[in-house]
Amino acid sequence: MLVSPQLTAVGLSALFVAAVGLQAAIVRQPQPGLPEGETGNLLYVQSPEAMRRMALSFDRLAGDLYWIRALQHFGGTRLMDPAERKYDLLWPLLDLATTLDPEFDIAFRYGAIFLAEEFPSGAGRPDQAIDLLEKGLELQPGEWRFMQDIGFVHYWWFQDYGTAAEIFQQAAEMEGAPNWMGALAAVVLAQGGNVESSRRLWLEMLETADVEWLRAQAVLRLRQLDAIDQMAALDQLSLEYERRSGALPQSWGDLIRTGLLGGVPVDPDGYPYVLNSFWGSASLSPQSTLNPLPTFDTSLAGP
Amino acid sequence: MRAIRLVAINVFRELVRDRILYSLVLFAILLIVAAVVVGQLTGGEDIKIIKDLGLAAIAVFGLLMAIFIGVGLVWKDVERRSIYSLLSKPIRRWEFVVGKFCGLALTLLVNVAVMTAVYYLVLAYMGSQATPFQRLAWLAPTVDPMLMVAIGLIVMELTLVTALALFFSTITGPFLSALLTFGLWVAGHFNADLRALETFVDSAPITLIGDVLYFVLPNFAAFDVKAPVVYGQPVPVAYVATTVLYGLVYAAFVLLATVAVFQRRDFK
Repeated sequence: MLVSPQLTAVGLSALFVAAVGLQAAIVRQPQPGLPEGETGNLLYVQSPEAMRRMALSFDRLAGDLYWIRALQHFGGTRLMDPAERKYDLLWPLLDLATTLDPEFDIAFRYGAIFLAEEFPSGAGRPDQAIDLLEKGLELQPGEWRFMQDIGFVHYWWFQDYGTAAEIFQQAAEMEGAPNWMGALAAVVLAQGGNVESSRRLWLEMLETADVEWLRAQAVLRLRQLDAIDQMAALDQLSLEYERRSGALPQSWGDLIRTGLLGGVPVDPDGYPYVLNSFWGSASLSPQSTLNPLPTFDTSLAGP
Repeated sequence: MRAIRLVAINVFRELVRDRILYSLVLFAILLIVAAVVVGQLTGGEDIKIIKDLGLAAIAVFGLLMAIFIGVGLVWKDVERRSIYSLLSKPIRRWEFVVGKFCGLALTLLVNVAVMTAVYYLVLAYMGSQATPFQRLAWLAPTVDPMLMVAIGLIVMELTLVTALALFFSTITGPFLSALLTFGLWVAGHFNADLRALETFVDSAPITLIGDVLYFVLPNFAAFDVKAPVVYGQPVPVAYVATTVLYGLVYAAFVLLATVAVFQRRDFK
């Protein structure tokens, strides 16, 4: 028996509408959840070597996919509530991506940044960042940028300026390394961690960065360093006010009225600085996008 | 020669009628969508990823076509019994086999050519959208003629796969043929491991078997130069020439074996 075309059309339409309706009903249902503390992140193949074999001649594409997954994992986790953040798959994903594509420089360099970044903004694992970069150096022994990045992790995250200077010097001696690398090593060795050597580091990063995200990072760090300088200058003005009037300023208005300031000072992102009237010191507004500022411990500087 | 040409053109027409060229539309959609999406998903390496994806897609689409069409080429004629009327015509069996092979190879060549054109168009578009900072990171030009080396070797690889699929299709059904061809293709990518068997196994006979298999099995890994080409590394001309020659010789060997088997087949 043949079914008429009209009846078929009606049947198809009805079933399609029913399927769409049921899909909408599923969305409204309470979703089955995961146990407390579980993120549901899964990585079926953990062994990079096994994955490399399974990928056959498509290992580079597989590396791209794992890199994209690492980016999604990092970005997705950053969007979560800080208390629920877990970067547990970041290292295995980066390990897989870089084993599948040993020349994927960006995965080594960005991956190291993601790993080193302080928790909860990043994984808070500068040790793993160094492991990843050292793996990169093993696979590409002539890549001075990996060495520079290792030095950078020691400088910025471990604040181990002696080791950082030593590594910058090693990077400077590698073929193709820019001239400024040796000077950077000398500055870090001589000055340890201070605003000037940090500014130099980030300026070089800004000038050599070939990807927008890294440039944005460098711009943010440079603005933070500018803010540190500006706050130091504002503190000096407060002291000058105290010297003239015998008391610390209670608001920026006091400094403006005496002509020490032309207006309410704002940080490089446009947020007004906050004056602590007890200490007479300037600080960032809690709303400022430059928070939290880096700290420097010059006592750890090398000889 | 005329008979081979007629069979080949007939295969090509039949495949076009079977809407095989729809795969090109799928490829174009895949690459264009990827070009739009990849920029949002990656950290500035979108050109490299599109290059990887494009080359991999050309290889995979070609491989699927070579296997799934190749295994049905002769089998279909036997199954439909059209082989009787074909072989009653003034056409020799070897001409029939070679014609079938050439027809599928031609179809694959046309497919790869169109996919390559789409690939270059997408790359040209992405290159035009790049910022000066992104350009700094490029290790090779976006529209890089060297990509043709990788694509050329993919075509060679597909030619060999086609020959293998055709060979199996003359001796067994399509399912087993597809399985055997795919199995050989996978094994051909593990060739280097066969050579290095002595590092894993402490047995002289097994090492010997590994060495023999290394030389006997088709070395599909040799046709893979996607990675160096994407990273702008030179691929020596001598390497490409030797690999192409290897592919042609191996395909000719398989084709000859196919003809030998097909000559002996009894279709009564």
